[in-house]
Order: sequence, then structure tokens, then C-alpha cells
Amino acid sequence: MSEAQLVLDQVEMAYGQKVVLRHLSFTLAAGEIGCLLGPSGCGKTTALRAIAGFESIQAGCIRLNDDEIASLQQQWPAQLRGIGMVFQDYALFPHLTVAGNVGFGLQGLDRRNHRAKVMELLEVVGLAGHADDYTHVLSGGQQQRVALARALAPSPRLLLLDEPFSNLDVELRERLSQEVRDILKARGMTALLVTHDQHEAFALADRIGVMEGGQLRQWDSAYALYHEPADRFVADFVGEGAFLPATVIAPGELEFELGRRACPSTVESLPGQAVQVLLRPDDILHDDDSTLKARVVKKAFRGAQFLYTLALPSGATLLSLVPSHHDHAIGESIGIRLEIDHLIAFS
Amino acid sequence: MSAQIETSTLPLRPILLGLRRGWDENVLAWLIAAITLLPLAVVLASLLQPQADIWAHLTEFVLPGLLVNTVWLVAGVGLATLALGVSLAWLTAIYDFPGRKYFSWALALPLAMPAYVLAFVQIGLYDFTGPVQTLIREMWGNSHWVPPIRSRGGVILTLTLALYPYVYLLARNAFQTQGRRALEAAASLGLSRRQGFWRVALPMARPWLVGGVTLALMECLADFGTVATFNYDTFTTAIYKAWFSLFNLTAASQLASLLVLMVFVLALMEQHVRGDKRYTASGRLAHGRRERLRGARGALAAMVCLFVLALAFLIPLAQLLWWAQSVAVDQLDLRYFGFIGRSLLLSAGAALLVVLLALGLAYAVRRRTSLASRVVARLATIGYAIPGTVLAVGVFIPIAWLDNRLVEWVHALGWGEPTQLIKGTLAVMLLAYVARFLAVAFEPTQSAMQRITASQEEAAASMGLGRRAVLRRIHLPMLRGGLLTAALMVFVDVMKEMPITLMTRPFGWDTLSVRVFEMTSEGQWEMAALPAVAIVLAGLIPVILLAWHTEKHT
Repeated sequence: MSEAQLVLDQVEMAYGQKVVLRHLSFTLAAGEIGCLLGPSGCGKTTALRAIAGFESIQAGCIRLNDDEIASLQQQWPAQLRGIGMVFQDYALFPHLTVAGNVGFGLQGLDRRNHRAKVMELLEVVGLAGHADDYTHVLSGGQQQRVALARALAPSPRLLLLDEPFSNLDVELRERLSQEVRDILKARGMTALLVTHDQHEAFALADRIGVMEGGQLRQWDSAYALYHEPADRFVADFVGEGAFLPATVIAPGELEFELGRRACPSTVESLPGQAVQVLLRPDDILHDDDSTLKARVVKKAFRGAQFLYTLALPSGATLLSLVPSHHDHAIGESIGIRLEIDHLIAFS
Repeated sequence: MSAQIETSTLPLRPILLGLRRGWDENVLAWLIAAITLLPLAVVLASLLQPQADIWAHLTEFVLPGLLVNTVWLVAGVGLATLALGVSLAWLTAIYDFPGRKYFSWALALPLAMPAYVLAFVQIGLYDFTGPVQTLIREMWGNSHWVPPIRSRGGVILTLTLALYPYVYLLARNAFQTQGRRALEAAASLGLSRRQGFWRVALPMARPWLVGGVTLALMECLADFGTVATFNYDTFTTAIYKAWFSLFNLTAASQLASLLVLMVFVLALMEQHVRGDKRYTASGRLAHGRRERLRGARGALAAMVCLFVLALAFLIPLAQLLWWAQSVAVDQLDLRYFGFIGRSLLLSAGAALLVVLLALGLAYAVRRRTSLASRVVARLATIGYAIPGTVLAVGVFIPIAWLDNRLVEWVHALGWGEPTQLIKGTLAVMLLAYVARFLAVAFEPTQSAMQRITASQEEAAASMGLGRRAVLRRIHLPMLRGGLLTAALMVFVDVMKEMPITLMTRPFGWDTLSVRVFEMTSEGQWEMAALPAVAIVLAGLIPVILLAWHTEKHT
């Protein structure tokens, strides 16, 4: 179908003195779903609006397949880019029915084909029964689906989604994000979404870029962001975890309170250098037979699991996810074991 | 013992209080509404008792001309304010060009100049002997080809220039709150700016546009001063003539009833055209940047705005000031200060009275969601749509009737031989002002009232404050801002008001607007300019406040 590769190359943007995007570069392969993830004000929405054509960039370029749609020399107007967008507030047209909204961007079809195409899309998003309703009678989730169908209707080369689920409650958010992913994948759609919610990013995207201060910190798969974060900011922003002090004892090897471990990320460090190692809650397993003991300081019940905050003899704390039938009291000492593929350390 | 009594009466007291409160306040609300509804009913009742001879005279000699003139006026002003207001709103809301920030608020300035002031200034400017045609004759020899200002086109032009800001302000609001985001959505679906305007921005703004045009047309139907200056006969001037020249109260009220019907038709049309779709601003406002018009296009946009502003406000104001200073030395005397003094006194008195009644109404219907209370609030504030000439007739007739009864009693009781008691006093005028301007004061008062929650009142009551103390110590301080706005709006509106003042003023109560009317009827533009300047200055206050308010909120 209509799939295209999106490339951002050293894109820069500023409002007056305030730099909003700095050297933003990434490639989204055709048919992939990408996500820009970051705290509010990190520039992710601005990046999306620059790709859509609502903002002008000041350096670098944006390419869609072979077309240079934005650079310092030329900015294609939004309506010529063939890029669909789902807005955060949906921006549905209140003066049109659901079918009117969905068919709004369809051009060059006769009346019968137009209606057929609209109905086909409404079928896809499960709203075939609401074709002639006005949008304000629909629920938030239904409005979201109308917005998606409307954006998909002109068969755009790329679909952008701006915080698509932020106005929905948690339960609906999870269900709908799975649905949206299925719809996009079934059509082979290249899509880029923007969110501050990592669960949304994990549920939808093949590739995720973590942004901060207008810069892209890491562009990677969800697994890599979680287990192999490129820097301390990404490690903090994505998932939970604790940092323990450690010392490099040889290139690629370090020692800390839980023992001596290989650590490829410190290959270039000199022996004796102090670093911090990242330990995720799922890296620390509960094991009654272990000689390593830690004391329970805090516990949070999460249904299937407990998230324990554990204190080591040195006073340093760790997080550990433990199946919830291991119910330990605060103050109790429990045995733990380290299970980790790649130890990550930051200086 | 005493504790026992207290506990036993405790559940009963709130119920009794509640009953009393509900009764009191409903009566209060309906009494206030009666000030508007009674005159309206009196006027409409005359429709039910047509007097054959008057009716025959009206339908044969008067009505056809009035209807043709009114239809032309309404159609012309409606279309022209729509086109002008929407274009200017689109330009200032969506684009950026040199001076846009200033034009954005300055284009509302014509609201400060009453249409009847603009009317005589335009005639003075563009008539055969005026400076424009004189200049044209000096340059090209003759000015026969210049279309005459004293014409149907001239009235439409003048009223359009005076009333377009209603459409402009509402359309700009619509475009700003939802237009830009919707246009982005349209662009992402492949529509150009121009297509987006016709297919998205304009249809979405429809309720605002219909509202703006309706406001302009209500003013147009109510207008008396402008059409009188142009000698363009409409219902308002016909009512005035029947009233003063013919002293025919019945003819006046029959004409007034027809005018009310036209207003109702307009209101119904608004409901119909607006449609029943609910329009809500879709989410937060996009802080999307305006599209910058560069070079010649930017200059052209600025020129268009400047041209309209100059035509509607700057040139007329300059002419007005020129005339005023030319007669200031002779005319700035005690008489002039008398006009100002009476205008100020009347405006202040009316503002006080109207705000008090608006406060009473807002208090009576606060937090009531029942149909009855919504109906009473709506009916009480209907007067703003009713032309002043109609209200003057409607207030005068029952007062005159009451006055005659009172005079008879006084005679019968042998207390003296007066010919009138209430008729010749300010009461008629003030009641008519209340009927016409209650809505102006009610709007800000009610929105301030709505910010006071039930729990705030209950908290005060739980600390032992009585009803009056709650009103004084909770409501009044929290309402102060709203009441001040309300008083100011009414003050300025009364200052500008012409037909009610003309028709119901007691002997000797000539105000600024009466002076303007008298001088313009004699074609003495310079003499009319001096009082007009004072009116325009007062009119500037709310426009500046409005501009300041919108600036703060965008």
C-alpha cells in the first residue's frame, strides 16, 4: 500500500532565541511504527508539527522517500505532503457527520465509491453504525476512531499521531492502542506517534526515540531502551530501577556490592574509575537459597507482583519485582540473586 | 430545656426558610420581568384591536414604503456586515502582517461611535458641499459622477460601517478558538488555505456569524437616529412621527407592534439558520503561528484594514473634532455643560437602577436550573432586542392610563387640581431604560454570580450569618467587578441612547443625544459635533476595556 520511508537529517528549529529542536536525525523504515517519547516541553510535538508542515525548520532536512519535503530552501505546504495526522484533541469538524468527517479528505471519487470507501473505513474502526451521527454524540474513544479513519481515508504516505490516547481513560487506552497498531500494521502504514507515556510507546511502536531538551537521546527498540539505555536520562525516564556505586577493576569488568561482573559498556574506562550501575527491578530475583541478603524497606502490591524496595547492608537501595505469593513483611531480610544479560554503567 | 427546643425545631426551620425564599425570589424575578413584559404586551395588544381607519391609512400610505425601505436596509446591512466582518476577522485571526496587532483591536473602535453620529458626519463629508466633493471638483472640474450619500446606498454604507464590528468580533473569536486547529486538520487532509476557509472555517463559525449578523440587524431595526438623519423612512421614524407630529398614540403603537413582529421574525430566523448542532471549541487552543504575509501581500492586508478603519472611524472622528473645535469658543457655555450634566446624571441614575434590578434578578434565579427560572431570566432580558421607540410607546401607554386614574382620584378627594402626576416625570424614561438595558447589566452580573458557590453561602451561614449579612459580606464583595462592568456598560448605553430619551424626556431634560438630534435635524453639523464628541469619548471606554480584556485572554 502507501508506505514510505521517513528521514530526518540534522533538523534544527528555534522560536526566536529559544532552540526547540537540535540536530534531530532518525530514519523510520517503510511500514514501521515509530514513537517520539519524552517529558512535556522536550520538543516532540514540535518535531511532529514540523514533519506535518505546520512549522518551518531552520536547518537540516526532512525526506519522505525521495522527496525533500522540508529544508531551509523549500518547505512543502502541509496539504501537498500526503501526510495524515491524528490530533491530540481529534479536531473533528463539528458541522459534519461521522461519514462527512471521514470522507472529508477523499478526492476524485464519484458519490458511490466515495460512500463505499467511507463505509469500508468505518467498518475497519468499528463505527459503521454511526455514519450519520454528529461527532459530539460519540464517546471519547469513538471520536478517536473517527479521527483515525479520517486521517487514513486519503491513503497518506505517512500517518502522524499526536498524543493520540491522552484524553482517554487507562483501560480504553490499552485496548485502543492495540487496535490501532493492528489497523496500521494491516495496511502497512508508516506511522509516527508522539507521547509522554512509555506504556503507550511500548504497546504501539517498533522504534522509539527518547527526546529531551530538543535532542534525540536514543532511537531504538523498546527492549534496548529499557535494558541498554544510552545515557542516564534515558535510564531514568524509561522504566524503574536503582543505581549502585561500582568501581572499574579492569577494562570491561567492575566490582560492586553484589559481586564482580563483566560490563561491556566500561571497556574504555580506566581501572579505579567510579561508576554507577543500573539495576532494573526484574534484574533482581528473589531466591531463598541465596547468600546475598537484603532487608525489605518498602513494598507496593501490583497484583501479580510485589515491588519491593530493598536495602543492602551498605544502605544502598534496590528495587525487585517478586511474584506476589512471596509476601514478606517490612523489616524482614530476604535472599536475592542477580540475573542480568548486559550490565550497564554510567560514569 | 433550651437544647431540646433547638433540636426539635431544627429540621423544620430550613424547610420553612426554603419555602419563603423560593416564594420571595420568584415574585421578585417576575416583578422585574414585568418592567419589560408589560410594555411589550401593551404594544402587542394593539395588534389584536386594530382600528379600521388608522389601519386603512397605514396600509395604503405608510406601510408599503416602510416595508420596502426596511427590507432593503436589513438585506443590505446584513450582507455587507457579514462580508466585511468575516473578511477582516479572517485576515487578523489567521494571517500576520504589518500592524496586525493594532488593527486587531482598533477594528472594533467604530463601536464607540453611535450610528447617528457617523450618519451626520458622513453626510457632512460626502455631500455635494462637503470637503470630498469640493476637492474632487477642484481637481477634475465636476463631481456629478460621485454617487450621492443621501441615498439608500448611503444609509446602508453608514450602518454597515457602524455595525460591522459585531460580526467582526464574533467571527474573530470563532476563527481564533477553533479555526486554526481545524485548518491544520484540513491541510493534513490535502486542502489548501482557501479550500479550508470555505469548507471548514466558515461552516464551523456559522453560529458565531449568525449571532453577529443578528446583533447587527437588531441594532439596524432599532436604529432611529441614522435613518432620521438620512430622511430614510423606517418603522422607527414612522413611530416617532405618529407620536410627535400627529400625537396619535394608537398609530404609534400599531406601528410599534409591527416592528416587534419583525424583531421576532429575525429572532426565529436566527434559531433556524443557526441549526441545532452543538458546536464546541475542540479542545485546547493551538498556539499555531499565523501565516506571515510578506511584501506586497502584507502591505495590501494592512491597507485594507487601514482603509476600513479610516472610513468608519478615523476620518469621521477627525471631521468631528474639526467641527467641534470650530464652534467650541461660542458653544462651550453653560448650556453645553447643562447637556453634559443631565446626560451624566441620567446615565448614572439609570445605571444604578438597572444594576440594582439586574442584581435582584440574578440573585433570584441563581443556581436555579428549573425551566421556570430560565424562562423568567430570558423574558426579563428580552428588551435589548426591542427598539427603543417601541419601549417608549409601551411604557408610556400604561403610565398614562395609571396617571389619569390617579388624577381622577386626587380630584375626587379634593386634594388639588393637577393635570398629571407621573406622566411628566423621569419615571417613564427610567422604566423604559430599565426595559431596554436590563440585559446589558444582567449578563456580567449573572456571570459574576455564578462564581459564588452554594457551599460558600453555606459556609457563611454555618458561621451564623443571616441572609442579608451573607448578601452584604459574601455576595457584594465577590460581585463588585461584575457589577462595575454592568454599571459602566449601562452608563455608556444610556449616554448614547436617542429614541427613548427623545420621546419620553420631561420638559427641560435635553441631553447630549437630544442636542445631537436637534442640531442634525437642522443640518447644523458643526453644532451637532460638540455634543457628539462627548458621546464618542464615553463610548470609547467599553471598547477599550473590551480590547484590554481580549488582549489579556489571548
